Amino acid sequence: MNMILGLYNYWIVIVLMMIGFYIIIAHGHLIKKIVGLNIFQTSVFIFYISVGKVEGGTAPIWQEGIVLFSNPLPHVLILTAIVVGIATTALGLALTIRLHEAYGTIDEDEIQAMDNQEMANQDKEHQPC
Amino acid sequence: MLAHLPILQVIVPLMAAPACLILRKPKLVWLFTLLTSALAFVISILLLQQVMTDGTISYELGGWSPPWGIEYRIDKLNAFIALIISGVSTVVLLAAQTSIEKEIPKEKHTLFYILYLLSLTGMLGIVTTGDAFNVFVFLEISSLSAYSLIALGRDRRALWASFQYLIMGTIGATFILIGIGLMYQMTGTLNMADLAERLPEVAETRTVTTAYVFFIVGVCLKLALFPLHLWLPNAYAHAPSIVTAFFAATSTKVAAYLLIRFTFSIFGVSFSFTTLPMETLFLALGLLGIFVASTVAIYQDNIKHVFAYSSVAQIGYMIVGFSMSSHAGLSAMLLHVFNHALMKGALFLALGAVLYRVGSTQLRDFQGLGRQMPLTMGAIVVAGLSLIGVPLTVGFVSKWYLVVAAIEKGWWPVAGLILLGSLLAVVYVWRIVETAYFKAPMAGKELVQEAPMALLIPVWILVGANVYFGIDTRLSVEVATAAAQSLFGVVP
Repeated sequence: MNMILGLYNYWIVIVLMMIGFYIIIAHGHLIKKIVGLNIFQTSVFIFYISVGKVEGGTAPIWQEGIVLFSNPLPHVLILTAIVVGIATTALGLALTIRLHEAYGTIDEDEIQAMDNQEMANQDKEHQPC
Repeated sequence: MLAHLPILQVIVPLMAAPACLILRKPKLVWLFTLLTSALAFVISILLLQQVMTDGTISYELGGWSPPWGIEYRIDKLNAFIALIISGVSTVVLLAAQTSIEKEIPKEKHTLFYILYLLSLTGMLGIVTTGDAFNVFVFLEISSLSAYSLIALGRDRRALWASFQYLIMGTIGATFILIGIGLMYQMTGTLNMADLAERLPEVAETRTVTTAYVFFIVGVCLKLALFPLHLWLPNAYAHAPSIVTAFFAATSTKVAAYLLIRFTFSIFGVSFSFTTLPMETLFLALGLLGIFVASTVAIYQDNIKHVFAYSSVAQIGYMIVGFSMSSHAGLSAMLLHVFNHALMKGALFLALGAVLYRVGSTQLRDFQGLGRQMPLTMGAIVVAGLSLIGVPLTVGFVSKWYLVVAAIEKGWWPVAGLILLGSLLAVVYVWRIVETAYFKAPMAGKELVQEAPMALLIPVWILVGANVYFGIDTRLSVEVATAAAQSLFGVVP
């Protein structure tokens, strides 16, 4: 029981990670893929934040009479990772817009099918007649 | 000034990137980028010299002493890799302006150079830093700019390749982040040297094993180790030629560096190769990579695809060297990292020249090119021979060391398979030679001219390096062996 309740934040991390990962793999919709990627990354943020927690520690601000602090470093690290995550999402969305302009769809299978079609046409075009 | 070289290596291209926006004129930006990259090259030469004579350099960022502050630590291994990256980058940039004229719309030229510099910054950052979290940040700098650079390709398929790479790359980077997080959880430090000291104490725990596995899987995604290579062929085939030449020669090398750094100097050989069955795993994946990717390469019709798959196969050779976990094997791997950068830089740059004149890199468009573009095709042939591993080229040197290392280890079948793998390279290189030299140009097709000098010179510099370092192996072998030695000696 302690394994589940005591470490519940880590369980959330794992569940979120798997949900995100599943969405990335299973969904063909590009926006959904990006959302999945976000959930996947968020789970890692929660993991880092959990690591920083020190049992019984308070916020790391120096005050009279407080000796035990939580570790602020993981939070700082994860701020950087959050920024990176935003940049990735922005780039992913921008690419999705360009893909929509170029292909007229944002479905993975349809884009793939168009690419394959294009390749097949190219081969046919140049067959010696 | 000299004392600050480790940080200048990274800061120079980083600062130069936004400065490009002020210059605006594409020609000017190009010269500026070239200058910056050349400066980075000079810095890396100086660093390598310093390291070879005086040993490891430790640089404290902002004067905060490690392990609290971020430390930049240059030893023989990363000085060597930084030299490869900045060197290839400079030569490739020589050709950049001419090549992108035909491939990228004019208003995007400045942005192209900015992204290029950022990508260079990221790669140089990964190799110079001595801090595990810094690795992640630089990895993302180089990756995000890489996705955008690939998306600049003129075909719409470039967008799709870039998106796929973005998804795969981000998963890889996040895995690396998880790995680093777990390492931090167990040791409370992010400094690499400090990690190396503290990890053995907790090496028996499952968390450390998990950390290592997450990290290595993430790195292997970036390395495009078979079967995690799916993003690579399309990304290389549809990106602008300059970008392909740059990435094929450098980006996988950076991942190879991370693999070596974390396996050998942080987790240690005894953990990675004794506790975990890494030897068998990497050997199997490396050999599979060589054969599957080489075979697929034979059946490709786009020559960029051929060489992209061949890159996956070459990574297989590196990993085979890596899996030997011996001094000789690691030296062979490092040599191949260096030599492969020269080969693939030359090949993809030459393909850029073909694309410049012919407008396509489909195999059938190579018909008759042997006569029409003798210098470009000559470069492809020499670099192709190097890829196969013919004596007097660099390819031979690294294959030789790899085979010797395998025999030293008593792995006779592996040595045989390495040589067999080279035969597959003969097949795909021969297809190009046959089409270019022995088939008449297609009827009704215009004759093309030889590529402009601006493209030929950098191509032949790289081809010349292929031959030069194939004959005079002093520099590459000496540095590679010294780096391998330092990894098997004390912690960096």
